[in-house]
Amino acid sequence: MTVPIHRRDALRVLAGAAAMTTPALAQGPVLMRKIPSTGEMLPAVGLGTWITFNVGNDREARASCADVMRAFFAAGGRMIDSSPMYGSSQGVIGDGLKAIGNANVFSAEKVWISSGPRGAAQIEASRKFWGVPKFDLLQVHNLLSWEEHLRTLFAMKAAGQLRYVGITTSEGRRHGDVEKIMRVHSLDFVQLSYNVLDREAENRILPLAQERGIAVIVNRPFREGDLVRTVMRRPLPPVAAEVGATSWAQLILKFIVSHPAVTCVIPATTRVDHVQENVNSARGPLPDAALRARIVAQVEKA
Amino acid sequence: MSEWWTYSLTSFLLFSARTYYRLFELYNLDVWPLQVATLALGVAILVIILRAPAWGGRAVSAILGGLWLLVAWAYHLERYDPINFAARYYAMGFALQAALLIWTGVIRNGLTFQTPLIPAKAGIQNNPLGARSPWAPVFTGVSGAYGLALLAYALLLHPLIPLSLGRPWTQGEVFGLAPDPTAIGTIGILLTIRRLPWHLLTLPLLWCIVTGLTLWTMEQPEAPLVPILAILAVLAATWKTRTSQAAPDG
Repeated sequence: MTVPIHRRDALRVLAGAAAMTTPALAQGPVLMRKIPSTGEMLPAVGLGTWITFNVGNDREARASCADVMRAFFAAGGRMIDSSPMYGSSQGVIGDGLKAIGNANVFSAEKVWISSGPRGAAQIEASRKFWGVPKFDLLQVHNLLSWEEHLRTLFAMKAAGQLRYVGITTSEGRRHGDVEKIMRVHSLDFVQLSYNVLDREAENRILPLAQERGIAVIVNRPFREGDLVRTVMRRPLPPVAAEVGATSWAQLILKFIVSHPAVTCVIPATTRVDHVQENVNSARGPLPDAALRARIVAQVEKA
Repeated sequence: MSEWWTYSLTSFLLFSARTYYRLFELYNLDVWPLQVATLALGVAILVIILRAPAWGGRAVSAILGGLWLLVAWAYHLERYDPINFAARYYAMGFALQAALLIWTGVIRNGLTFQTPLIPAKAGIQNNPLGARSPWAPVFTGVSGAYGLALLAYALLLHPLIPLSLGRPWTQGEVFGLAPDPTAIGTIGILLTIRRLPWHLLTLPLLWCIVTGLTLWTMEQPEAPLVPILAILAVLAATWKTRTSQAAPDG
């Protein structure tokens, strides 16, 4: 008896063979999320640079950050997020972009200065560090002097010097103010902390972002690594296999990107294998509501 | 900053412990063999304190002033500033300490050493200027002894911390080049002075707190060490103040 071979099956076999050699392709394409204000699609896992990319003049460490960026782009990532607050990180990103060449980066920066009038100069200094013609996204860091900076950012956007405008907060700070700004201003992005244990954003900010059509960037997915270090003492629970997660880090990231309001999560790392693992968490199945509840239970138990 | 009370110290952490320690490793490689020179200056200070020559106060102040300036420039500004905004302010503090040391010790000639490890009689006999001279070494016990121990620690033991914690020995923080052993060594030196110069102790003590908090934020095991040495120094110093107030010579 002969079994007819369909083209789709053949492709599946080929994809399987490819998966054995390139783990990045193991679970299909990277999950893309829509930026509501334009419809532009963005890979759901980005790269944060807080602490990890602030390596100063250490040439060896700068080169290893460039390796992380190279692996990030190769795995299918796009958004890199930084801030003038992150010391030498901006220059390290700039070096990396230069070394890599035509990287398809989605540049997310911040303005972080108490003086409103000095915001523009800081943005220009940041742009020079990155070596990009213009930023894709600029955010008011931790709402510092947000009224003045938002005026600057909206003016830049209107003049075509910037594509998207956003605000950031972290660790649950000033969610009341964030909410007010989200209601009043036509923001493209809001950035905040959200993870398996810090779920306050689920109550108001995330639903509001969906309602207002604002993209959401999630920072501190691992609570600066503490969360992963804590849960790693326990074996990976069976729920991980059900969502195709091969590590606790992937399970935690899958939990975050499975929230429908989340556009992009930005874990930071200094390791090539970790950046690949992070981007790969945006492949394959995502947990549904029931599985999300099980992930919360597992992490809270750990 | 609004709602500053919601920020913990870790919110301001800007770099990893790995990056911080690599700074010292690269710094050591860059300046080698300057370590030999600064350690030799430290040993020279130790000898001056023990022998207490008339020019001792001026010489030690000049050396220390130079080393604090070196740390301000070569460490804080050149190396620490790229990863920590606060480093430029630390540099100013270190430069101010250098200025205070030079003003008090060199220009005003205001530092007089005691020799805590040599009994008073022997000290007086050895002192060409005689017992009534302001340079006469006086035994004041705890403060001076702890001061010398602290200087010896800063010169010999502090650079070995990385080795004892399983990090490369090349990350060792050396007196006269790195801020921590320079501050500890300086506190030790100042504790051996007859009239305790609190205005010269303030910034080094403050630095011990800053460095303790930095390491504590990075969750490093040696974080409490320098602050504890500083607290003990304050205890020893106040002990000295009490005893020297009681003594007719003080």
